[in-house]
Amino acid sequence: MTVNERLFEAGLMDKYDRAVASGDTKKINRILAKVGLEFRDGSNWDLDPAFYMLNIKDLHASVDGKPILKGVDLIVGRGEVHAVMGPNGSGKSTLAHVLAGKPGYEVTCGSVLFGGQDLLALEPHERTAAGLFLGFQYPVEIPGISYLQFLRESLNSQRRSRGEAELSAGEFIKLARKQAALLGMDAEMLKRPVNVGFSGGEKKRAEMVQMGIMAPKFALLDETDSGLDIDALKAVGAGINRIMRAPDKGVLLITHYQRLLDYVEPDRVHVLRNGRIERSGGPELARELEREGYAEAAA
Amino acid sequence: MTAPFPTHRQEEWRYADLDALQPVWERFAEPVTLTVGAGEELEEVWLPATDDAQLRRVQIALGEGAKARIFALNHAPVYGRIELEVSLAEGAEFELFGANIGTGLSTNEIVTNVKHVGPGGRSRQVIRSVLNGKAVGSYLGKVEVARGAQQTDGEQSVKAMLLDRGATANCKPELEIFADDVKCAHGATVGELDAMQLFYAESRGLDPASARALLLEGFVMGLWDNVENAAQHDAICTAAKSALRSVV
Repeated sequence: MTVNERLFEAGLMDKYDRAVASGDTKKINRILAKVGLEFRDGSNWDLDPAFYMLNIKDLHASVDGKPILKGVDLIVGRGEVHAVMGPNGSGKSTLAHVLAGKPGYEVTCGSVLFGGQDLLALEPHERTAAGLFLGFQYPVEIPGISYLQFLRESLNSQRRSRGEAELSAGEFIKLARKQAALLGMDAEMLKRPVNVGFSGGEKKRAEMVQMGIMAPKFALLDETDSGLDIDALKAVGAGINRIMRAPDKGVLLITHYQRLLDYVEPDRVHVLRNGRIERSGGPELARELEREGYAEAAA
Repeated sequence: MTAPFPTHRQEEWRYADLDALQPVWERFAEPVTLTVGAGEELEEVWLPATDDAQLRRVQIALGEGAKARIFALNHAPVYGRIELEVSLAEGAEFELFGANIGTGLSTNEIVTNVKHVGPGGRSRQVIRSVLNGKAVGSYLGKVEVARGAQQTDGEQSVKAMLLDRGATANCKPELEIFADDVKCAHGATVGELDAMQLFYAESRGLDPASARALLLEGFVMGLWDNVENAAQHDAICTAAKSALRSVV
């Protein structure tokens, strides 16, 4: 059971989140002690990667000088799936882009630790090699390059930087076929240029096939559910559960709607509003938001 | 007698590196002539060498229903020129798939003059340029359709990718049509690598140089899809990949 699960069961999650946000280590340690976790000596226990996969502290980011994220605090524990929900323009996609290292965003304050590493100091491809996967809201078309070539070169580049052996063409095709079949995607589509001529649903399915091939430690899924019909939504949800539901993995699902959460039950739900996490809660919070809307739920 | 040395005032030599041309002019003053008889087919794959100045000046005469397919990789360290003058008799087909891959201060150019003399001919020219540093890459392509050459189908697709601010692409498709029932399409674009595509590739684990190389392969390598000779196909693919690596 993860730290957050223990806290959640004990009804201490909100207190704990507030304590983390306030940075009061004594308070954090008192709460942890109540769920049978040992005190960590020193004041930086929450920097211990044994506890979390992703640790975002007071993250501020701007685009073209305009502040979008205004102090995001969020910790995703090992083995956990968290959902970040929020109205349009709240900063959800900015959060995903900043975490993945997309150019054009300026981090003005705060830190992000990923398994003990300073995520913000890494180049995008280094973040990926470290085990981060970004599922794109709008997967990009690359004419002239087949999916097979694109993914094999990408995966082997990751493996090289981790000091692992590269996959041969044969090994890779086997892996790609298997992952495509698990997502209900015709493997022949992988011979086509990257995302060219794919429907919206096919692109999102292909993102999940890529996630299956890359087998990341942590998946950052930016509105993977948008533009999906019900069958594709089920397939994508099942894919997330199969690939990412494991004690040593983590997921941050960024979504506008509750419907994906019917298939991927989150451990924690956060409401991002005006560039900050405004509320956090269990899966019931997503249902509340769906019922009452962001404006009501915030009140 | 050697043909007179060209000047920049001649349109077809306007962007040429005449200093680099000077020492080798004697060798290239006279174009090579290829004749493809009625109903015959020709496939040529032209690879770059290592000489500072590399020229191919070729005249092709296509007989009735004859076909020629030229695949040309222009990648000279100083000055590369591929010059084609093609005449098409009735029902002849001409295809040129060419790339200018230029680095540093080099000038690489493809200059064509395609003359549809007889009716029902088809010509297709697909040119891709990738240029870094202060390299110049040019395509000057003239398609002439003679009075009697009805039902001519001519196509020119010219795209250039500039990797640095100092690089220059010249694209000049030109049509001279004296027949009234023809189809002649041409398009030219000059751009740079797409930031979204680069980020997508990097987010999948490719370092920036590999991501750029991969996108450039996507831009260029499709030119060689129709090379029928397998050994030649491999040779031009290998040469183009290595040329692209030198400009990334």
